[in-house]
Amino acid sequence: MIPKIIGYLFKRAFMLLITVVAAIYITILVANMGGYVDEIIKSEIYLLVSQSIRQNPAYRMLNETQIMRLINEIYTLEIEKIGFDKPFVYRSFIYLKDAISLNLGRALFLYSDSGSKSVRIIILERLPNTVLLFTTTQLILFFIGLFFGLFLSRRYGSLPDKISVLLSPLSSLPGWFYGIFLILIFASLFRSWFGVGLPYGGMVDPPPPTDKLLYALEVLKHMILPISSWLVAYSFINIYVRRTFFLMFSSEDYVELAKAKGLPESLIQRRYILRPTLPPIITDFSLTLIGSWMGAIITERVFNWPGIGSLFYAASMIFDTPVLVGLVVIYAYLLAVTVFTLELVYAILDPRIRAGGA
Amino acid sequence: MLLKDFFKHLLIYKSAFAGLIIILILVGLSIYTIVALPYEEATKLWRAGEQYWLDNPRNSPPSWINFFLSRKLPETIVLSTDRNQPGVSKAIISVEGKFSVIRVEISFNYEYDDFPSEINLFFKSNFTASAPKVTVSWIKPNGEEIILKIFLISKDYSYYISNDENLVRDLISAISKKFNKTFEYGAPLPLLLFAQEDESIFNPNTAKVTKGRYKLQIEAICFETGIDLFSKLVIYGKVHGWAGTDHLRRDLGIALLWGAPIALSFGVTASASTALIQMFIGAISAWFGGKMDTIIQRITEVFMILPFLPVLIMISTFYKFSIMVLLVVVIALTMFGSGVKNYRAMFLQIKEFPYVEAAKAYGADSLRIVLYYLIPKVLPTIIPSIVLSVADFVFLEAALAILGLGDPLAPTWGKIIDDAFTNGALYKGLYYWVLEPSIMLAAASLSFAMLGFALDKIFNPKLKEI
Repeated sequence: MIPKIIGYLFKRAFMLLITVVAAIYITILVANMGGYVDEIIKSEIYLLVSQSIRQNPAYRMLNETQIMRLINEIYTLEIEKIGFDKPFVYRSFIYLKDAISLNLGRALFLYSDSGSKSVRIIILERLPNTVLLFTTTQLILFFIGLFFGLFLSRRYGSLPDKISVLLSPLSSLPGWFYGIFLILIFASLFRSWFGVGLPYGGMVDPPPPTDKLLYALEVLKHMILPISSWLVAYSFINIYVRRTFFLMFSSEDYVELAKAKGLPESLIQRRYILRPTLPPIITDFSLTLIGSWMGAIITERVFNWPGIGSLFYAASMIFDTPVLVGLVVIYAYLLAVTVFTLELVYAILDPRIRAGGA
Repeated sequence: MLLKDFFKHLLIYKSAFAGLIIILILVGLSIYTIVALPYEEATKLWRAGEQYWLDNPRNSPPSWINFFLSRKLPETIVLSTDRNQPGVSKAIISVEGKFSVIRVEISFNYEYDDFPSEINLFFKSNFTASAPKVTVSWIKPNGEEIILKIFLISKDYSYYISNDENLVRDLISAISKKFNKTFEYGAPLPLLLFAQEDESIFNPNTAKVTKGRYKLQIEAICFETGIDLFSKLVIYGKVHGWAGTDHLRRDLGIALLWGAPIALSFGVTASASTALIQMFIGAISAWFGGKMDTIIQRITEVFMILPFLPVLIMISTFYKFSIMVLLVVVIALTMFGSGVKNYRAMFLQIKEFPYVEAAKAYGADSLRIVLYYLIPKVLPTIIPSIVLSVADFVFLEAALAILGLGDPLAPTWGKIIDDAFTNGALYKGLYYWVLEPSIMLAAASLSFAMLGFALDKIFNPKLKEI
């Protein structure tokens, strides 16, 4: 029995790894656009080198051919330094090897706040901000969906139920869109009406408070609007989906039986509805959570939140390929690890998988 | 008959009805836009640059907001010598055949409650060697005359009156001397020229407009004969048109109008073709099984692990491409999405149905079975999801525009929001700039969402009970 599960998990881990490798290679190809970006970077380096030599007073005495020779020499050295002298196909595999071993290399143009050029440090500096904001958001959404979903599934057809169904199309507008309106009302209009308002964006107001508690409160204040925007956008659809899901399960025979036995309502909910539905809900939650870390680029831009979404935007604006690839690699890894963990948990918990071996 | 039944069903849902009405309005608007303002012309106007829009005020809300205001904001007044407008007169007096004097008088009624935003004066003259000397003076309704400036003009000359720092300084010191009181704020020139000269002028909140007939006199002394002088006075208002203007004085109406056909065609094409392609791939994967199935499933998993938006952003950063290419890229990136797995699961069930067995038995080939037996069975159930995801794709285009990506030429709703954001519209209180495109976006995607939800209930009757 046990070896069967292990064999199955190994197979899945291997498949996931191959998927991740393929996804990373596609990213590298896209990020380099078949060498198109290389040309931009090369010409930029050439420009920099020739400018610095032509403006250097030490070389004032040299004539044109000597200067050209010097420029070409230094340019070739610079190109070799960043490994651009090899053909793209060859380099793409070096990139792939580095990316898979999470050796993300150095950014071309971006710096971390601490002044480092290491892609890993740049990303790790930003990741906590994004994780903080969107994990909080997703957790709140998760519990809203769970509780109101359960609540409405018991009272379906009632007025609150009808209202929540009616409002669910509101979720066709994305969170950042509501964000714009929230900024308009709570930051801009409130300032003109009451003289005070919530922050327009960012994570802390300058100068950042030195006291830890004050700092946390400040960050909390800046999180209100981004979180609210997502709650407005996605609460109703969440409640709707959960409610429908619970409704489908509450008409199962074993629930009817439990009701017939006269078990208390809360026990039926916990043991007969929530327990069997929890695994798919958890799967859904963890995948949405990981997705929100990467997919919130526009929310981060609208709220000027210094997370990996803004980092991705900044990197794509100045063609910083290592950072772009690094972000996608980390994302792919996170997703693969999450998927694998979920499968591991289910393999242990779900008797059907345990017995069937897949 | 069937179609009639379907519509009867659909109209039971009020939200579907409302959605349908909005969609029809948007389609009508799109057709009108395409006919009235061809795409080439719209992009040309949108990209024309500030010179082209020089007669429009900057950052102005639409004119109809005056209905809701007790203090009427001014409209732009454009008076020029070549338009034969009332209140504009030009006289050329030739002296001794050697030189001539051109007198232009421009007068207008100013009855608004707020001050203009800017004042500019434009000249064109056809002299050959020596430039005419021009004196510009301003006459208030009470007859008080102020000489604004005396200068030599070039062939194409613009006098930005409201930017004339010397004039502002002179006026401020004159008024200060008169009341023996200093200005506590930087009074802009339009205020100084239009305000009542009393104590109230020293506070920007109490300064009042003197209503009445203003006059601008231009006297040009030309040192050649046969010279003509074109002059145009623009008193920029604070409202403009039905849509307002942006920071480049452009009429937002162009982008608001053109946003509709672009959003609709982008959304509908992207969502329909994505769903159809995903379904086709799912059908092939389910029908053929074996190696084909494995390959398609692996490709799907790779695409599911790639973050869609970041990859799309990377591609559109490297190639600033047109909206049509963007559409193709979006479809290419989504065609192996998670939908393929759902469709495959559906087709795996349908594959076992007796009628498919029958088709196989009489020798139908694979392509025929996929196209005529499998896909038609699933087609109706995907219509709701196609309609629903139109909203997502409409917003995708807007999202890319907000990141400064997307088609650099096309005037779209997302572009306006992006411009508004980068120019701090929300800080400056220019809410119309954000609200107008946002309302259009919301209307477009909500209408499809409302229709989609209702369709979902009709096509998947299981949901109706719940």
